[in-house]
Amino acid sequence: MAEILVLVDHVDGEVKKVTLELLTLANRLGEASAVWVGAGYDGAKDKLAEYGAQKVYVGADEELASYVVAPKAALLAQLVQEKSPAAVLVAATGEGKEVAGRLAVKIGSGVLTDVVDVADGFVAEHSIFGGGTIAHAKVTTGTPVIAVRPNAVAAEAAPATPAEEQVTVALSDTDKGTKIVEKVVQEKGERPDLTEAAIVVSGGRGVGNAENFKIIEGLADSLGAAVGASRAATDAGWYPHQFQVGQTGKTVSPQLYIAVGISGAIQHRAGMQTSKTIIAINKDSEAPIFELVDFGVVGDLFQVAPQLTEEITKRK
Amino acid sequence: MNIVVLVKQVPDTESPRKLKSEDSTLDRAAADGVINELDEYAIEEGLRIKEAQGGEVTVVTLGPGKATESIRKALAMGADKAVHVLDDALAGSDALQTSYAIAQVLGRTGFDLVILGSESTDARTGVLAAMLAERLGVPQVSLANKVEIEGSSIKAQRITDYGFDRVEATLPAVVSVVEKINEPRYPSFKGIMAAKKKPVETLGVADAGIDAGQVGLANAATAVVDFAEAPPRAQGQIVSDEGDGGTKIADFLASKKFV
Repeated sequence: MAEILVLVDHVDGEVKKVTLELLTLANRLGEASAVWVGAGYDGAKDKLAEYGAQKVYVGADEELASYVVAPKAALLAQLVQEKSPAAVLVAATGEGKEVAGRLAVKIGSGVLTDVVDVADGFVAEHSIFGGGTIAHAKVTTGTPVIAVRPNAVAAEAAPATPAEEQVTVALSDTDKGTKIVEKVVQEKGERPDLTEAAIVVSGGRGVGNAENFKIIEGLADSLGAAVGASRAATDAGWYPHQFQVGQTGKTVSPQLYIAVGISGAIQHRAGMQTSKTIIAINKDSEAPIFELVDFGVVGDLFQVAPQLTEEITKRK
Repeated sequence: MNIVVLVKQVPDTESPRKLKSEDSTLDRAAADGVINELDEYAIEEGLRIKEAQGGEVTVVTLGPGKATESIRKALAMGADKAVHVLDDALAGSDALQTSYAIAQVLGRTGFDLVILGSESTDARTGVLAAMLAERLGVPQVSLANKVEIEGSSIKAQRITDYGFDRVEATLPAVVSVVEKINEPRYPSFKGIMAAKKKPVETLGVADAGIDAGQVGLANAATAVVDFAEAPPRAQGQIVSDEGDGGTKIADFLASKKFV
């Protein structure tokens, strides 16, 4: 089986769920080889083995993680040269897409980003124009470089005993062009990451103010969900910008999306339309969000949402 | 300071967007064209840097004739001049080729700073800034929500999934911006009038130093295999809250095994 490189997405050694999804996908298409960059590998190796990494290339030199994007692309380009993999998979996050872009230029390959599935022959599926069109595309030149959207593929445990190979890459001055001088991790408490969460509860204009977002958080916590917000809510300063779901924010594709007090403007829909199950609470029965829902309640969110939180808590 | 802002004309998200059945490229006639939203933030940032540091803001766009609408908007906001690469040879270019073509244009204009939106609302690939930095061999200061320039050094905040990174580089550099970075100004009447007198250079690919054999649909490194409208979502159930709306949702969630 052909080897497929999977760039591991991690924060200080904590492997992101999307990496496990990519390993599962890679093993469906060939043999998954994880590519580790930076510190913390020892704490992560069991996780990579559990989800089927057949091999791990360990680039443990901390310098690789000290500069923006370029060193990761340099390491992957070197591995593509040496190992001739069938494809390279990365997470379609802001950074993952950038690694994919630089790598594609380095190795002269086509790149596909924001992919929701990959079939045999590396035919990639895209959900475009805010979910309105499904397109299939392939790379026609070079080793396919494919950035896959988090939550698009279900991760399956498939324990393996990966071979480990230490790898080094000599960084050029260009690779060291943008230095990371400080990493600022913003407190997200116990909630899952927005782009990775199985359930997302989002609040919009109808929530009315920052204080009322406690209602959204309470509902989210009852379900173990992430909290999102519409652009109206983040622009108003009611909730931090990094939680914005939509065209100019994050794209989410959870199993369950609950839109509370969100009308469903196209800007918002573009970021959540591919959620598997959608629920909305809105007092306006004409709100466009209701065109998307599996279940909708026309009513006052200040009555409905707390009651829902209470019901969920009661039924646990 | 020589500041180049990249601008893309995209189909309005509010209008019907589709691909053309004959070649799977964007059907530009089907939708109204607008300036890519994030590019307005890029223009604003370019103008603010110019206002603080002096210099000139040049708008560069690749695209069909309709792209002049976006150029006019950028000039009306305050950009000084524009370069429009207008050539059918570019039609159907993918991200890899687009980055090549723009890098060629930038080689011609020169730059201290290239500023662009972190992605476009049509293709949403989010790769162009990284590709340009790679091709040009200059620092990548991307996904920035804050940029400070002092002499030839640039400091920025780069948004990440966990928060942000503080990053540093030296000019020249490629900077991509996110919406949080600023509040784009509206063109004033004076700006709109002044824009009419500003120089817009229109170039074919050969004039811009772009090899026609490396761009366009036929030479793309990716190809659309097929496409179709997404199947419509099944009609959902919508109920009015009769004091039991929350309970009804909980029942629905239970039926789907979410609780």
